[in-house]
Amino acid sequence: MAQSKHDAIERNVFLMIVLTLLAVSVGGLVEIVPLFFQKSTTTAVDDKGNTLDVKPYDVKPYDALRLAGRDIYIREGCYNCHSQMIRPFRAETERYGHYSVAGEFIYDHPFQWGSKRTGPDLARVGARYSDEWQRVHLINPRDVVPESNMPAFPWLDRPLRADDIGARMAALRIVGVPYTDEDIAQAPAAVADKTELDAIVAYLQGLGLALRNVR
Amino acid sequence: MADFINSFWDLYVSGLIAFGLLFCLVVLVTNMTSKESGEPKLQGHVWDENLREYNNPLPRWWLYLFWATVIFAIAYLYLFPGFGNRYSNPADPNRDRGLRAEYALEVYNADKEYGPLFARYQGTPLATLAKDPEAVATGQRLFLTYCAQCHGSLGTGARGFPNLTDGDWLYGGDPETIKGSISEGRAGAMTPLGGILNPEEIRDAANYVRSLSNLSHDAARAARGREIFTGKGTCLTCHGADGKGAVAMGIAMGVPAMGLLGAPNLTDSVWLYDNSEEAIIEGITKGRNSGPGSLTNNMPAWKDFLGEAKVHVLAAYVYSLSNK
Repeated sequence: MAQSKHDAIERNVFLMIVLTLLAVSVGGLVEIVPLFFQKSTTTAVDDKGNTLDVKPYDVKPYDALRLAGRDIYIREGCYNCHSQMIRPFRAETERYGHYSVAGEFIYDHPFQWGSKRTGPDLARVGARYSDEWQRVHLINPRDVVPESNMPAFPWLDRPLRADDIGARMAALRIVGVPYTDEDIAQAPAAVADKTELDAIVAYLQGLGLALRNVR
Repeated sequence: MADFINSFWDLYVSGLIAFGLLFCLVVLVTNMTSKESGEPKLQGHVWDENLREYNNPLPRWWLYLFWATVIFAIAYLYLFPGFGNRYSNPADPNRDRGLRAEYALEVYNADKEYGPLFARYQGTPLATLAKDPEAVATGQRLFLTYCAQCHGSLGTGARGFPNLTDGDWLYGGDPETIKGSISEGRAGAMTPLGGILNPEEIRDAANYVRSLSNLSHDAARAARGREIFTGKGTCLTCHGADGKGAVAMGIAMGVPAMGLLGAPNLTDSVWLYDNSEEAIIEGITKGRNSGPGSLTNNMPAWKDFLGEAKVHVLAAYVYSLSNK
């Protein structure tokens, strides 16, 4: 009898909870979980935007200095104003370059896609300007772009403190970034005697190179 | 669909969808109550002494809407396609539907509209194009998008980033050279002299350089600096014996290609970096783009990103800035 069925569900809170969880998990199980098992979201792209079946080609794990720079990017909250996600619209690809594809972000934990652009998108800022420009611009954006409303970051020109860079890389290895023991052992030397500015410029100059100049 | 790492995930998605649909159908069928005449049925329970609840069937239109959603879902799944490995063949044009196809169409339409315009610009010599107000306006739009970050929105530059409006050119200001600079980029190199000259000699040379453009200087140091400029420092190789820079030297010697050395004219009032004694000393000591420890600054190459047609229009615009 139909009556007894919903009677049973409505009178038994535990059963209600279990059934509710089952019902709401279907969307995630169908739409999210399979993404973890797709080539285009889990393997690197080549320079034509095709997902590779074999080895990552151009998308590489962040080296020690770039990783340190990425941590500074996050620390300074750059993502509050800069996205790293070029959408597949001509207006965006004309300005920034090829639209972003999933295979470019496989070593990003977490990714910095963002959704707010007070400043321009940075997904493909790598090699777009000279290192010198990045330095001048970070220290005081008004020195090169008088109209800019970006805050200045003059304190970045100080020694980089990243003694724990090996530990950071080891942590990333747990979530799937293929750092070797050798990479981790050499990391502290790679960030020694660098400034925070060096690190974040190295990070920025490496962004989006995989599909640079692919139109 | 063929994007999955193995075929299990095709079955997984299809299975969950099929199960969900079937479940909805079963719930619909087993809970159907037909419309009855007479007194409506009661649920049977009583709350708060006398509150009872009718057990009326759903209104028919409502029930039919449920059926309609099931039918819609099946049609949608077939057309989307939501079931299985339907476009496993990479050559199947249907495989590339959706956002990527929409993007390709958008680009195609834009190329159809702007392509002929850029083709016409590209067929026009730069010096002529720089007089075409429409082309210059187009070039300005491109300049503001791609170039203004370094050279300024008016093209007047900043410390370390050349002013494009002053008629002073490191590599030569003829239209084709400008186009080459945009297309291939520039990385002006200067040999670091910190290992060749001692600090006193460098200060002498800096004073001589300042004297060339009539800036305040120590005359005794400048006199010694002149010796270094033409002698030990070998500055004249790139800047010319008179310090007027590589472009002037190339013209004087009848070898315009020497302008590609990019060595600036030291006798004029234009300074890419600043003209303080300290800045000049730093430049001489560390050099530019010459290995570790030297100062660096590059103009990126744009030919791959922008393509020849846009570089052409940009070159016309930049040329027009100092050739009204």
